Amino acid sequence: MVEFLIGLAATLAGIAFLLALWRFIKGPTPADRVIAFDVLTVISISGIVGIALVAGRAIYLDVALVYGLLSFLGVIVIARYLERRL
Amino acid sequence: MGSLYDVIGGLFLVAGTSFLLLGSLGLVRMPDIYNRIQAGTKATTLGTLLTLLGVAFLQPAWSLKLLLIGIFLIFTNPLSSQILARAAHRSGQGRLPASQVDRLAEDFGDES
Repeated sequence: MVEFLIGLAATLAGIAFLLALWRFIKGPTPADRVIAFDVLTVISISGIVGIALVAGRAIYLDVALVYGLLSFLGVIVIARYLERRL
Repeated sequence: MGSLYDVIGGLFLVAGTSFLLLGSLGLVRMPDIYNRIQAGTKATTLGTLLTLLGVAFLQPAWSLKLLLIGIFLIFTNPLSSQILARAAHRSGQGRLPASQVDRLAEDFGDES
């Protein structure tokens, strides 16, 4: 039961990742691509936490935290660059 | 832990990833850049928080670190979406021809 639910959740997250990746490739303006990048990083945080759950290793949660910090800084820097104020 | 906590955690996982899927679907289907920000950040924030809650039900020993990640997401995700919306407005990209009212440009005059 639990294994089936975890597999279903992984499938849904994979489909969400592919949809956001499609917007990342196709997006007409650079701001669309930055939004798609933001969504991709948030989905990736969920994915890393799910990998930590399946692997049973708590050290991967630190990886998710640092990944979220770096992706937040990256989105802020790209947004400042789009404003031409960097 | 008991089997009931496992089933509740699995249901929270499925609910959270469903919200992630809905957010990505809105990111693909919405016509305007501001609608995409709306769909792509709020729904994924809720989805990630529900996923973290589900993992906390499945592994109760990890609750403190998952709570730390959740608080970090609550602080940073609306901030990045607001800065993205401001950057899109100031760079003048992505306005639909059908959108007629622009209160921010009325407030600040001809910005950049």
